[in-house]
Amino acid sequence: MQVRSVHSGSGLQLQAVAMETEPHPAKNLSVFRTTEADPARHSEQHAAQYYTLSPTHLRTVFPHGLPPRFQMQVKTFNEGCVMVRPPALEIISHLKKADYSKPALHYLLYGATGCGKTMSLCHVLHYCSTQGWLVLHIPDAHLWVKNCKELLPSSSRPSRFDQPVQASQWLQNFKVTNDHFLSKIKTTRRYVWTKRERTEEGRPLAELVEQGVNRVKSSSDVVGALLRELRLQAGQGDFRLAVAVDGVNAAWGKTSLKKEDKSVLLEELTLIHNMRKMLNNDWCGGAIITALSQTGSLYTSRLSYLPQELLGQEGFDKMDPFVPVPVSNYTEKEFESCYLYYMDRNWLQHPNSKCECYTGFMSDLRYPSTAGNLFIIKSFKTVCGPSYCSNFTYNIILFIMQ
Amino acid sequence: MAASRAAVVGSLFWKCGSCSTGTFLICTNVNTQLLSRQICATPAMRRKNLAAAGPQKFTEEFIKKQVEEFNIGKRHLANMMDEDPQTFTQEDIDVSIRPRRKHHPGDQVFPRQTAVQWGEDGRPFHYLFYTGKQSYYSLMHDMFSKILAVEKYQDRLRSKNLFSLDTKQISLAGSRWLLKEELEESLVENISDHDFARFIQLIERLVALPYGAAEEEFVLGYRRQLEVQSSKQEIQPLQYDQKGVAYSTADGRRKMSTASVTLKDSGSGKFTINGMDQLHYFPVLQDREQLLFPLHFARMLGRFDVDSSVTGGGRSAQAGALRLAISRALLSFLPEGQVEDMRQAGLLTPDPRVKERKKPGQEGARKKFTWKKR
Repeated sequence: MQVRSVHSGSGLQLQAVAMETEPHPAKNLSVFRTTEADPARHSEQHAAQYYTLSPTHLRTVFPHGLPPRFQMQVKTFNEGCVMVRPPALEIISHLKKADYSKPALHYLLYGATGCGKTMSLCHVLHYCSTQGWLVLHIPDAHLWVKNCKELLPSSSRPSRFDQPVQASQWLQNFKVTNDHFLSKIKTTRRYVWTKRERTEEGRPLAELVEQGVNRVKSSSDVVGALLRELRLQAGQGDFRLAVAVDGVNAAWGKTSLKKEDKSVLLEELTLIHNMRKMLNNDWCGGAIITALSQTGSLYTSRLSYLPQELLGQEGFDKMDPFVPVPVSNYTEKEFESCYLYYMDRNWLQHPNSKCECYTGFMSDLRYPSTAGNLFIIKSFKTVCGPSYCSNFTYNIILFIMQ
Repeated sequence: MAASRAAVVGSLFWKCGSCSTGTFLICTNVNTQLLSRQICATPAMRRKNLAAAGPQKFTEEFIKKQVEEFNIGKRHLANMMDEDPQTFTQEDIDVSIRPRRKHHPGDQVFPRQTAVQWGEDGRPFHYLFYTGKQSYYSLMHDMFSKILAVEKYQDRLRSKNLFSLDTKQISLAGSRWLLKEELEESLVENISDHDFARFIQLIERLVALPYGAAEEEFVLGYRRQLEVQSSKQEIQPLQYDQKGVAYSTADGRRKMSTASVTLKDSGSGKFTINGMDQLHYFPVLQDREQLLFPLHFARMLGRFDVDSSVTGGGRSAQAGALRLAISRALLSFLPEGQVEDMRQAGLLTPDPRVKERKKPGQEGARKKFTWKKR
């Protein structure tokens, strides 16, 4: 067992840490954390470090965006800490330099299952939100193409199908995120929902969203109208629009929904139709940040993760041209950060995991470069539920990180 | 010529050995008459309950005479076959005589039976004859008298203030007590389970005494050596490939799957199964756990590159087969003591459980059809 310093490139990190703002006097200076909470100021020097999301931001920016395991972890640890990683930093740097008078750019996060695509997406969205953008976040497009109990024929168009529950839920979350914008932006035309309900031109968007939330039957059409308004008005320069879609391959994949034992085509779903229109880069004044996901997708092989495989020919052509951002497994440094973070939170309970035996212990797990991060975190959380830490035989659990 | 002569001799022995019916009626001067009957003199008889055979069917003298005749015949046979009579073994006898007719030394033909227990006047020789289990009880009495002797010795030492507790105790490591069957065989008597338990209790009491080491010989006579199980394990020697890197291969099976594994030394911990990475082949944590357990147990996690192939069975069976194969391949890299540890951890035991067959008249292997009262 060789003794190694905790972070191999620790010299730079320590210097950087020393130059940052005064750390909490109560806490020890931890090399895996950074006190820089503003994503705009994150850079390579913060790579592999955890930054804390403030509770207000957690509530407003991510009512529905975070992965479920991360939400459980936030609840357990009473804080939301996100690791700063190169894919997110890359996208943020592009966003800083982009020209917003040109059509919106596509950014596509892709990688193997459990590598951190959704978390990187959330990091980027946090940046957008702190910069005052309007964030349109579809947390999982797969939820709109499967397991839909109610599928109503559309009120406006005869050949379409509505999903009232999903649409209204999404509208509610959208309202939570972008409340301050909704009063400022006005509608550009008149919408007639039913014989008795209509929204006039020039009304604030908040009314539109209210309409969708209250009248569940027309919520899918409200979503369509909302997206259209935002598309038209983002180009006018008042605000920047960030369209974030997780699991974007659902828009061009297959659906398992059936209407009276007849399969429904993807084009016939209102929500998907509107989403596809949004993903077209024929509007300016914003960015389209997407992430692929195999986990929830239908009829795709478990091992596929490349854009070509998951998007299909049609999807790839529609998304073209895009900026591909690969997301890979944790590097050694990131892995050590993760490990130290869980140690700090007292999540890992094993006599061997304390510092002195740390290096020998780590040498036990030092083997694969193919370790999946989600599997690491999952295995960190195996056996004990998310809400309590227990003394489990860690030597059994840890060597599973492969 | 030799063969025909052998045949003649063989037939003679066969007659003697088979104890054909009716020819012998042992008339003793004793009141009790021992009737002879045809006994199949096969080796299987040895396994039978010796005590149940009752007192002997043939007198000592008869048996002795048969044994002498056997030895004479053996020497004649050796001369006929032009071989040295001193080194003429049982196998040679079997070979020279025609295979149908077996010819065995006296111990196998006449199994060990209790000799006649009473003299001419009908009085039994042994003082415990009327207990019914004379050998057993006499053994118990002997042991107890030994215990008493040791205790008396201890008392003497105590009276002289020389008593100390740290004397050499009888070492019982690596051996086991006699089994009930073995004890029955040595005593030529039936023993009940209760009797056997009492015997073990008494002899353990003897062992537990501080100065019991005096009776070590006696006690060890009732112990049998345990074989070290791992010495039966065959360990393949290490093979070296062109670059001088050590590797070893092994197979494993579990349920319906077979796995074959190659462990290469000085690796980085890569693990390939059927060309795929193990993370992709086994998405379930439990399976990966099974794969890594042998390496983790031997503390050689990052040392090897594993290249394996597995077919058949389900995911759990494949994981089990791989685990067994890895443990076997790992044996070549391990020091001696660790092999025994692995065996005791259960890593080297193939799991014998297979799917039980479905029986007719039932739904499945165990499940019955719905029982209707009427």
